[in-house]
Amino acid sequence: MTPRFRDLLALEPLSADELTFLLDQSKPFQEIQRHPLKKLATLRGKTVALAFFENSTRTRISFGTAASRLGADTMNLQAEASSLKKGETLLDTAFNLNAMKPDCLVMRHSASGAPHYVARHLDIPVINAGDGTHEHPSQGLLDALTIRDRKGTINNLNVTILGDLQHSRVARSNIHLLGKFGCRFTLCGPSMWVPRELEKIAAGTPVRCVYRIEEALEGADVIIMLRVQTERLHEPSISPNDYILGYQLNAERLKRAKPDAIVLHPGPMNRGIEIAPEVADGPQSCVLEQVTNGVAVRMAILYLLVTGAAEDGSHPALQVPVEHNRRATDRVPAKKDS
Amino acid sequence: MLLIRNGRVIDPASKTDAAMDILIDGEVIKEVGTPGKFSSLKDVQVIDASGLIVAPGFIDMHVHLREPGQESSETIETGTKSAARGGFTAVCCMPNTKPVHDNASITRFIVDKARSVGATRVWPIGAASVESKGEAIAEIAAMKEAGIVAVSDDGKPIATARLARQVMDYCNSLDLPVIEHSEDVSLAAGAVMREGVTSTRLGLRGMPGAAESVCVARDVQIAELTGGRLHVAHLSAKSSLDQVRWAKSRGLRVTCEVTPHHFTLIDEDVQYDSRFKMNPPLASREDREALIAGLADGAVDAIATDHAPHEPAIKDVEFDRAPFGILGFETAIGLTLERLVHTGKISLLRLVELFTTGPARVLGKERKLAVGQPADITLFSTTQEWKYDVKDSPSKSRNSPFDGRTFKGGPMATIVAGKIVYKR
Repeated sequence: MTPRFRDLLALEPLSADELTFLLDQSKPFQEIQRHPLKKLATLRGKTVALAFFENSTRTRISFGTAASRLGADTMNLQAEASSLKKGETLLDTAFNLNAMKPDCLVMRHSASGAPHYVARHLDIPVINAGDGTHEHPSQGLLDALTIRDRKGTINNLNVTILGDLQHSRVARSNIHLLGKFGCRFTLCGPSMWVPRELEKIAAGTPVRCVYRIEEALEGADVIIMLRVQTERLHEPSISPNDYILGYQLNAERLKRAKPDAIVLHPGPMNRGIEIAPEVADGPQSCVLEQVTNGVAVRMAILYLLVTGAAEDGSHPALQVPVEHNRRATDRVPAKKDS
Repeated sequence: MLLIRNGRVIDPASKTDAAMDILIDGEVIKEVGTPGKFSSLKDVQVIDASGLIVAPGFIDMHVHLREPGQESSETIETGTKSAARGGFTAVCCMPNTKPVHDNASITRFIVDKARSVGATRVWPIGAASVESKGEAIAEIAAMKEAGIVAVSDDGKPIATARLARQVMDYCNSLDLPVIEHSEDVSLAAGAVMREGVTSTRLGLRGMPGAAESVCVARDVQIAELTGGRLHVAHLSAKSSLDQVRWAKSRGLRVTCEVTPHHFTLIDEDVQYDSRFKMNPPLASREDREALIAGLADGAVDAIATDHAPHEPAIKDVEFDRAPFGILGFETAIGLTLERLVHTGKISLLRLVELFTTGPARVLGKERKLAVGQPADITLFSTTQEWKYDVKDSPSKSRNSPFDGRTFKGGPMATIVAGKIVYKR
């Protein structure tokens, strides 16, 4: 049976089969990113609503690019320009967007569970592009795709996540996805950012919290860095100097991980705070691959939620005719001096 | 005259549990007698209470009627109608109205309004401090003269230990209880639910149980210092109950209440549905077991609903933004039967006590079924199945997590001052 997805609100409720399907469906879209002409007609005539109630650059552009590469049109709502400041409720805003008849709603919001709340009231698919400190499903998927490409598998890896775990929706999505494939997690950061309750958020997944980075990196296959999110801090936080001293990932510390360990970061990076430049730019870093894979994963998500996968197992990105890349629109750029 | 016939009378004050008939004349109980004793009387309105429990009128000592100021969520009229439907004959309304009930003219407004449109008795609670700001003491004596039965800065605790001391001292001289919404606001800052595995999983900001018990500990010490009467509102944490037990063991005048939702639901029930958002928030499984133990062994003095209506426009929003509070009146008896009586944790006599003599004692009042007493009577069933549909509620709000729940037993008739104000 081909899995069907009504909404994509969180990775926690998805099965390993469903997650594998999502990753496999992303694969052909990765190829598209290498074509000179990247536009498909899969969602031609469809409209994707992008509602970002919280600031975002990369995720918004990534979803927008994914939509346009599928041939869809987009409508954009950004918090600054929205009517929320005029007192409209979230639900009224969603109803108004929906009245313009989009085919799905991609939504980011600072309140955990806000997409769940909206999805209960809308009949179009709702895609969570990050909700508060809860989940960031597309980030979890693109991280898994990146790991699978580099390591050949996402099964039974030692995954270390460093930083502000308490406020990280990325970490929660990583744990819920990779945990279903037998990965073991070590979470590390200052104690106020790594509550012991995290050890129990995913039943059946081994998660341990440690407070010394040297211990956390020992034997790691995958290291996921988290950005220090100053905008989401309610607690008095530790001083930046203490953070660098205790938790910055530098080349020396990275040696404790397995020699073929890889380093991920969801961005934007605070160079020199959580990650040293030599690691960010080093051979083990996957940071830019993650960004490229983000577009592929989001193309797969939009495709699967808006039209649903083809029952015959065909995939739109595999049906691209050879001429596709040699059409009139794909001209050789004119010479600058002409 | 009104005759309640064939019922099983449970009266904690006299430890009565027997088949009795009750004759009401005007606003008071005229006589209580053996079944059939009044059958020869003519021109009597009869309520057949066969198969029902007949108890002294239930008191809900912690409610929000939203009037004056937030009449789009509730009024004295709609709130007391809902209370009557829940089997309550008297309710104590908290002072966090707009403006705050911190002066005698508002007390008089509430008392007058309740007299003209209220379905039940309304016993107002006045603010402890002016505007509940925690700075200056409110005109408590003047409010008492106008009819308040207690003081509280409910919605928050009395801001400082110093002011709490002065209020408790002063209220001791006026013989009024001080009701505390116990919360260390710095520990609870920004929180929308109880801290734990569920809050961590959902990415919702949590407050620890200690946010409550730190404040209870402070107030218990001040109760000892002043000798005053302290009542801990909507107690939710085991650690808080431990403080109350300690205070009682030292003979301090400290009491507490527990809400039906805290002995029914826990933090694991929260699923981004704002009908599960209240303060104090739903606690842990362990806390719930401790509360039930306290309700059974007497450490808890009363069940109170903390009926907190909010109109859909402000409550049906993202979990983070929704105000705290849920409806309470109409599901209180049903939940108490379901969770405590049908499970064998407490007796029916104890249930009646928790809704009558328990809160009455805290408020310095009497509740009993005896000749000459006000005819405030609650009739309820322990067997009849019914479904709670919040759309049928006279309340102006709809914020109940128990909408659609089926109950075994619930309120059947409510009599206030000899008048039938609700009958199922």
